[in-house]
Amino acid sequence: MPRSPSSSSYLYAPLAVIVVYSFNANRVAGVWTGFSLKWYGSALNNAALMNALKTSLTVAAIATVVSTLVALSAALAIIRGKDLRFRKLSETVVNLPLLPEIVLAVATLLLFSLLDIQNGMLRLVIAHSAFCTPFAFLPIRARLQGMSLDFEEASADLYADRWTTFRRVTLPLIFPGVFSGAMLAFLISMDDFITSNLLSTGGSTTLPVYIFSLIRAGTSPELNAIATLLILASLVLATVALLVAARAPAKMQNHNHRTIIKERNIK
Amino acid sequence: MTDSALHIPAETARAPRARFWHDLSFWGLLPSRLLMGFALILPIFIIAAVSVATRGAYGGFTWDFNLAGYSQILFNEGWTGELEFTPQYLMIIGRTFLLAGATTLICLLFAVPVAYFISRQPPGRKAALVYLVTLPFWVSMILRVYAWMIILGKDGTLPKLLETLGLPAGMSFMFNDGATLTAMVYTAMPLMVLPVFASIEKLDGTLIEASHDLYGDRWVTLRRVILPLTAPGLTAGAILVFVPSLGAVLEPTLMGGGKQMMMGSLIQLQFGGGRNWPFGAAIAMALMALVMVFLIFTALRAARREATP
Repeated sequence: MPRSPSSSSYLYAPLAVIVVYSFNANRVAGVWTGFSLKWYGSALNNAALMNALKTSLTVAAIATVVSTLVALSAALAIIRGKDLRFRKLSETVVNLPLLPEIVLAVATLLLFSLLDIQNGMLRLVIAHSAFCTPFAFLPIRARLQGMSLDFEEASADLYADRWTTFRRVTLPLIFPGVFSGAMLAFLISMDDFITSNLLSTGGSTTLPVYIFSLIRAGTSPELNAIATLLILASLVLATVALLVAARAPAKMQNHNHRTIIKERNIK
Repeated sequence: MTDSALHIPAETARAPRARFWHDLSFWGLLPSRLLMGFALILPIFIIAAVSVATRGAYGGFTWDFNLAGYSQILFNEGWTGELEFTPQYLMIIGRTFLLAGATTLICLLFAVPVAYFISRQPPGRKAALVYLVTLPFWVSMILRVYAWMIILGKDGTLPKLLETLGLPAGMSFMFNDGATLTAMVYTAMPLMVLPVFASIEKLDGTLIEASHDLYGDRWVTLRRVILPLTAPGLTAGAILVFVPSLGAVLEPTLMGGGKQMMMGSLIQLQFGGGRNWPFGAAIAMALMALVMVFLIFTALRAARREATP
């Protein structure tokens, strides 16, 4: 049996190499000449990098909001809607037919060029919202499926209208799912290279596309510093997301458990 | 399931719900239908149409029916207009299939023992290990490929390490299929470990003991007990790794260099510079067909497995 530390080191060693080289004073990445933080300084003063970061954050923020809302309403309709024709089909469509991203990317490029949509930001926002939706959908659907109808029925019995029920009962209960869905959508959008590379125009370079151009120009210690900062940011974000996801079911179980105990006591 | 069913007759419980969620089906699905229809389904039809359009003189295309995009996969048109068979694109398709298959296999061989090991740990440690395995997946894909570039590249870690061990200086491991495969396995690994882990964890340990009691050796137990019972998880992992691997772009572009292309990087190249859109669209259709054949194959196998338990 393989020891788990060996598999972890396989997964982490390549990332660690980037981090170590980012502190190298030498221009040549592989030759260590001393510790230095200067590449972090030049990375943070790099205007093109900051622009790419801004573009990525803007696109990811809009795509996250759009895809989460679309996924939320789709999940509500599929799980809570009654007598839904094409339920299976609708679910498949939201789940994104399992296609390689490059196919969807060139297909979207063709669509935009036929419609003559030249605005890079608009192209990115539409495409990202579409491919992020399935990722937002899955955790929301899972959470909604695990939620008992009793709560909503109780609310309806107490003369709450639909909107109030949704806002005060359904949404708070499925919030962990909505949060992890949004988080996933955000990370998927920030990470995307294939689609963004084809759709972005001069003024709308995203971070991965900018990093790709840096890699193409040859490895540089500044790139290692940029990469290290991004690795750090993703690990922190991932930890937050996973903690929320891990805590959510436990809380729910606790709640159910308590409800059951209370009911027993009443009896 | 529903505690309320204990106190309230089913009909009264259902009535307000039906009224309450009435017509939600339509309005709730409208946004996703619009977004997915516009940005997902419509483009697929367009790409099918463009694959049979005529290439424009300066990139782009015109709407004249033409199968040149497909014939270019197999034939090269000479100056005098005759078609001669050229295997170069078939080789790219073959390489794509082989590299994606090898990626899936290596990930599977790695993931099964790791998942088995994790599943035998106490709960707290198990959660921590699953978290550790998942974490690198959140790091940007391009950075995970880049990491291998600085390990395998000309001034990279591995050549420098070998140099200090007395091997010739300036060895490069880049720009070949092995480098592409290395990066593909690395980026895909978490996608395999998670579903495999989920299915191995559900595996009932007493069944393995039963197999041993019945004199099944390790190999027989693996083949006749563990593999059939974890097959759904292994299939899910294989799909999650194989399908994106077929469409890989970053790994062949960065690790394989200009000559070691895969279908994904070939499509990207045809659209990137506006080189030949109908040809790129035809390759994309071929890639989609490949994915569909694989998905149908796995679906049929799963159905057969369910039919004969």
